[in-house]
Amino acid sequence: MNIQQIASIPFLLGGFFFFVAATVGLLRFPDFFCRLHATGKGDTLAVLLSLIGLSIYEGFSLTSLKILFIAVFMFLAQPTSTHAISRAAMRCGQEPWVKERSK
Amino acid sequence: MTSVTDDIIIRAVARIMIPFIQLYALYVIMHGHHSPGGGFQGGVILGASFILYLLTHGLEEAKIRMSEIKAGLFSSFGVLIYSGIGLLCLILGSNYLDYGKLSTILKVVPAQARSLGILGVEIGVGIAVMAVMFSIFFDISTGGELPEDEE
Repeated sequence: MNIQQIASIPFLLGGFFFFVAATVGLLRFPDFFCRLHATGKGDTLAVLLSLIGLSIYEGFSLTSLKILFIAVFMFLAQPTSTHAISRAAMRCGQEPWVKERSK
Repeated sequence: MTSVTDDIIIRAVARIMIPFIQLYALYVIMHGHHSPGGGFQGGVILGASFILYLLTHGLEEAKIRMSEIKAGLFSSFGVLIYSGIGLLCLILGSNYLDYGKLSTILKVVPAQARSLGILGVEIGVGIAVMAVMFSIFFDISTGGELPEDEE
C-alpha cells in the first residue's frame, strides 16, 4: 500500500459513515421534513467525502480532476434540490411534525 | 405546472449550472466515437438543460429562449443533417451512410472522412433529440394546449 491509498481510507470511511447515518435518518425520523433534513445534509457530505477519497486514490490525473468537478457540482446541486423539494412540500400544505405536549 | 418560481436560490443555482450542463452535453456529443456517449446521450443532456431552464424560470421566459415552433424546426433540421449526410454518401456512389466516400469532397484520407462523417451525423442526431425532448416536455407542461397566438 502506498501513501495515496492510505490517505484515501479516512475519506472513504467517513463517506461510508455519513451514508449509513443518512439512511438510518431516512428510515427512522418521524416526518417528511426531518427525513429530508437527514438525507439532504448527510448525503451531500457523504458524496463529497467519497469523491475526494476516490480522487486521492486515483492520484494526480485527468480522471481525478473530473471526479473533483463532479464533487463541486454535487455540492451545488444537492442542497438546492433539497431546498426546492422542502419548499414545494411547504406550499402543498405539509405540516411539520411537532412533539405532542403533555396536558 | 405553469407557475413561475420566485425563489432566488433555485434561479441563481440554475443560472450557474445550465452553461456547464450545455458544455458537458457538447463534450458528450463530440467525444461520442472515442468514449461512452454520442448524439443521443448528448442531445438528452442538452434537452435536460432547457428543461431545467423551463422548470426554474417558468413557461413564459422559456418560450422566449426556445418556443414550440423553434423546437419543431430544430428537430426537423437535425434529421435533415443526418439524412443529408447519408444521401450525400449515396450521391457520391456508395451505400447510405457509408462515410468513406466523403473523402473525395472533404479532401482527406478515407479514415479521417469516416470520423468527420460520423461526427456530423452525431451533431444532427443531438440537435434532433434535444428539440424533441424539449417539445415533449413543453407539451406535457402546457397540458396539451396548442399555442395559437405565436407568430
